[in-house]
Amino acid sequence: MRKFKTFSAVVISIILFQAVSAQVMVKGIVKDNKGNPIAGASISIKDSYDGATSDSLGRYSFKAFEKGPQLLVVSNIGYKSFEQQVKLESGVLTIDVVLKQEVTELTAVVLSAGTFEASDRKRAAAVLDPIDIVTTASANGDITGALKTLPGAQQVGESEGLFVRGGTAAETKTFIDGTLVNNFFFSSVPNIAQFGRFSPFIFKGTVFSTGGYSALYGQALSSALILESIDLPDQSSANLGISVLGINGGYQHLSKNKQSSFGASYSYTDLSLAFAVIKQRQDYSKVPAYHGADANFRIKTSKTGMLKYYGYFSSNRLAFTTNSIDSLGYLDKFSIQNSNVFHNLSWKENLPKRWKIFSGISYTNNKDDINSNMQDNNKNDVVLNGLEFKEFNVDTKGTYFNVKTVLEKKLKGLSAIRFGGEYNFSYDRLIYTAYNNQQYPNAVKEHIKAAFAESDIYATNDLAIKAGLRFEHSAILDKINIAPRLSLAYKLGKGTQASLAYGIFYQNPERRYLPSPNALTFMKATHYIAQFQRSINQQTLRVEVFYKKYDNLVKTGITNFTESAINNNGFGDASGFEFFWRDKKTIKNFDYWVSYSYLDTKRDFLNFPFAITPNFAAKHTASLVTKKFVQQLKMNLNASYNYSSGRPYYNIGFDGTNYKFNDRGTIPDYHNVSFAINYLPKIGKKDAKSFAVYVLQVSNIFNIKQTFGYQYSYNGYRKEAIVPTSRMFVYIGAFLSFGVDRSDEVINNSL
Amino acid sequence: MKKSFFVLLTSFILINSFAQSEKYIKAMEALVPAVDTTRSPDGLTQLANSFERIANAEKTMWLPFYYAALCHINKANGYFQTQELEKVDPLMEIAEPLLAKAEELEKNNSEIMCLKKMFNTGKMMADPMNRFMTFGQSAAQALEVAKGLNPENPRVYLLEGIDKYYTPEQYGGSKTEGKRLFEEAMKKFEAFKPASSIHPSWGISQVKYFLTLD
Repeated sequence: MRKFKTFSAVVISIILFQAVSAQVMVKGIVKDNKGNPIAGASISIKDSYDGATSDSLGRYSFKAFEKGPQLLVVSNIGYKSFEQQVKLESGVLTIDVVLKQEVTELTAVVLSAGTFEASDRKRAAAVLDPIDIVTTASANGDITGALKTLPGAQQVGESEGLFVRGGTAAETKTFIDGTLVNNFFFSSVPNIAQFGRFSPFIFKGTVFSTGGYSALYGQALSSALILESIDLPDQSSANLGISVLGINGGYQHLSKNKQSSFGASYSYTDLSLAFAVIKQRQDYSKVPAYHGADANFRIKTSKTGMLKYYGYFSSNRLAFTTNSIDSLGYLDKFSIQNSNVFHNLSWKENLPKRWKIFSGISYTNNKDDINSNMQDNNKNDVVLNGLEFKEFNVDTKGTYFNVKTVLEKKLKGLSAIRFGGEYNFSYDRLIYTAYNNQQYPNAVKEHIKAAFAESDIYATNDLAIKAGLRFEHSAILDKINIAPRLSLAYKLGKGTQASLAYGIFYQNPERRYLPSPNALTFMKATHYIAQFQRSINQQTLRVEVFYKKYDNLVKTGITNFTESAINNNGFGDASGFEFFWRDKKTIKNFDYWVSYSYLDTKRDFLNFPFAITPNFAAKHTASLVTKKFVQQLKMNLNASYNYSSGRPYYNIGFDGTNYKFNDRGTIPDYHNVSFAINYLPKIGKKDAKSFAVYVLQVSNIFNIKQTFGYQYSYNGYRKEAIVPTSRMFVYIGAFLSFGVDRSDEVINNSL
Repeated sequence: MKKSFFVLLTSFILINSFAQSEKYIKAMEALVPAVDTTRSPDGLTQLANSFERIANAEKTMWLPFYYAALCHINKANGYFQTQELEKVDPLMEIAEPLLAKAEELEKNNSEIMCLKKMFNTGKMMADPMNRFMTFGQSAAQALEVAKGLNPENPRVYLLEGIDKYYTPEQYGGSKTEGKRLFEEAMKKFEAFKPASSIHPSWGISQVKYFLTLD
C-alpha cells in the first residue's frame, strides 16, 4: 500500500512537472532574403513534437513543452534549413527567421541561349520531350527530321544534314555519349538526302545547339547535336517490325538484379516494294537495300556508375540511272556501296568529394565504293568523247577514333567546374580512278588534341554564368587555337528568363577539299546570341536574335583537275531572328508548335566569286507541327507543315583563271504538308503481353511540286530542276513488341 | 530499502517510457483523423509538417513518416484537378524520402505499398506521355504487391477503383468496373479493423463520395 502511494506520487509528480513546465510560447515570422513572407515553412524544436507551420503571412507560433537549451530548426522546400540554439524557459520567445534560397535544378535559371533540349527533365531548356522526335509527322522517324521543325535549321531537301543559321551541313557535328560521331548519315548520293543511321529509340536525351555551345565540344562552326543513349531498359523484351520498307527484330535482356542488360537487333530494309508502287524519278538497277545490326550492353558499375557500349554495323548498296543532262539519249549511272562499323563505349561514375568522371571512346570504320559512268539507251556502258570525265570510280576508306575524358567537381549548389581532354584521330584514304584507269590516290591523316575547362557559377537561383575555354592543336594544320565561350542566364520572373551567349568556334577545313597545295588554318566563327524565354504551365515562348561572323573560310581552286582548298581568305556573316511557340494547354489532347526563322546571310567561300547568300540559306523558314491524340480511336493524328522561301541558286563556272556566274536565280518557295496516323490498339491494357503500333504516314500529302535547286550540263547550256525522288511518299508499317508495353514508341520507323 | 529503491527505479523507467509512448499515441491520435478530412493545400502542408516533427523525434516509428508522405501526395493530387502540373514534382521530391524511410522501418506492409502506388501514379500523371512506361508500371506493381500482402486492405480496392473509374474505356478503364471496386472497397471498409487507433483507416469518405457518382 505504501509502495502504491509512492508510485502514485511519482506518476503525479511527473505529470505535474510536464504540465507545469509547458509554458514557453515561441513565435516569429519567416521571410526570404527579399523580405517576402514564406508560407508553409516547418518550424520545429529538433527531436521533439514541438513546432508549427508558418501561415500565408509567414507568421508562426507554438507552445513548447521542451525545456532548457534546444535547437530550433526552420525548413522549407527550395530554401536552406535554418538552425538556431534557443533556451526555453518561460514567457514568450520571438524568433524571426530569414531563409536563404537553395539553388536547385528545379528552381534555378537555365543556360538556354542557343539550346533546344528534348528530355524528360523539367528544365527551361527542355522544350521538347524525347517522344516528340518520333511523333513529328514530317520527321519520318529521323532525328534530324524533327529538329528541322525548330527555328534555326533550314529545310534543305537535296542533301542530308542540319544547315544551321547560314552554316553548311558540315558545320554541324554530332556527339553520342560525349564522343564525336563520323558518318552520322548514310553516305551521300547526288541530289537525294540520306537518313541518319541511328534509330531515335536508342536515345533518351537530345540537345540541339544552334550556337554558343559549351567548351566541351569543338570542331563545329555552327551547331552541335548532342545525343545521350538510354540507360537500362525497364524490362526484358523482344520486338518485331514489318513495313513496306523491310523488316526488323531485336531482343533486350535485363538481368534479374536489374544491374545490367544486353541486347541486339537486326534490320533489313529493301525499297523494292515501295518503289514498285511509288514511281521514282530515278531508274534503279539496284534498289536501295540496307543490312543493319547493332548490339549493346549496359552495366551499373556502382550505385552511381554506368558503363555503356553500343556497336553498330551496316552495309548497303544502290545503283540507278537518270537521263543524262549532258548528252541526249544517254543515261548517267551512279552506284554506291557502303559499309560502316561504329563502336561507342562510355563510362561515368561519381567519385568521392563531389567529383565526377566521364570517359568515352568511339571508333568508326567507313568504306564507300562509288561508281559513275554513262550508258546508252540499252544500258550498255559507253564513254563519250569530251565527256570522259563522267566515268570514274572513287574508293574511300575512313578510320576515325575519338577519346574524351571530363572531370567535374561540384561546388556549392549547382555550381561546378569541369575540365578534360579530347583526342581525335582520322585517317582518310581515297583512290580516284579515271576512265583511262589512271589512278589518283591520296591519304590524309589528322590528329586533333584538345583541352578544355569550364565553370558553372550559380550565384543565386536567378543568375547563372557558364564560362569556358577550349584549346586545340591540329597536326595537319600545325596550328593551335584558343576558343573562349561564355553564356549567362537571368531569371526575370516566374518561368521567364533572359539569356546571352558568346563564343568563338574553330573548325578544320573539310576533308573533301584536302590535301591542299598551300598551308591552311582553322576556319573561325564568332557567335553572339540573345534570348528571351517564357515557359509557364505547358506553354513555351522563345525568341532569339543572333549575329554570327565567319572568318578564314576555305576558298577553293582547281588544281590537277580537282577542286581543292587553296587559302583561308573566305569570310561571311549571318544574322537573324527566331521565334518558337508551343502550347499543350489551350486545347485538350492537342499539342502544337510554331517556329519561324528569319535569316540574313552572305558569305564568300569555296568557289564563290564574291560574297553571296549561299544556296542552302532561305530568308524565311517556318514550321507548324500538330499532334492530336484521339482517345476513342486509340489513334495519334500528327500533321506538320514546313515552309521555306525560295533559296538562291547559282551555276558557277571556272574560266581558266576565275570563277564566275554562268547563271543564277531563285528557286520557288517550298511547301510540305505531312500527315501520320499511329494506331495503338493495346494501349493501356496493363496485363497485355504484347504491344502493337500500326503506322500510316504520308509526306507531301497535297502533291505540291518541290524544287530544291538546279543542276547544269557540263557545257552550261541545259539546266534541270533538282526535285524529290517522288512527289509523295506513303509509309505503312506494323510494330510488335513482346514482354513490354511500348506505348511511347508510337512510330518505329526503321528507315 | 535497496529493494524498494530498485522497484522505484524500474517503475520510474517503465512509467517514463509508458508516458513517452502515450505521448506519441496521443499526438498521433490528434492528427490522424484530419488525414481523411483535410483537402486544402495549406492544411495539408501543416498536417505534413506536424507528422514530420513526430517522425523526426521518434525516428523508429513508420507511421508518422507514412502520414507525412501521404499528406504531400494528397496535396499533389489536388493539383491535377487545377491542372497545375508543374507543382507536382517538387512535392513528390519531398514525399519520396519520407516514403523510403517508412518502407525501411516497416518492410512488406500493404499500406506502405498503397502509398507507393499513389506516389508512382502521381509522378506519372505529371507527365503521362513520357512517364507511362516507368512510373505507370511501378504503380501497377506496387498495387499488386499491396494486394498480395493484405487482400483485406480496403484502400487497395479504393485505389484500383479510382484507376478504373478515371481511365478511358479505350485504355481498359470502365466506370462500371470502377463502381464494382468501390462497392468491394466499401465491404472491406466495413470489415476492416485498423491495428490500432493510429494505423491507417482513411478512405471511407472517398469511397462514399465515389458511390454517389454516376
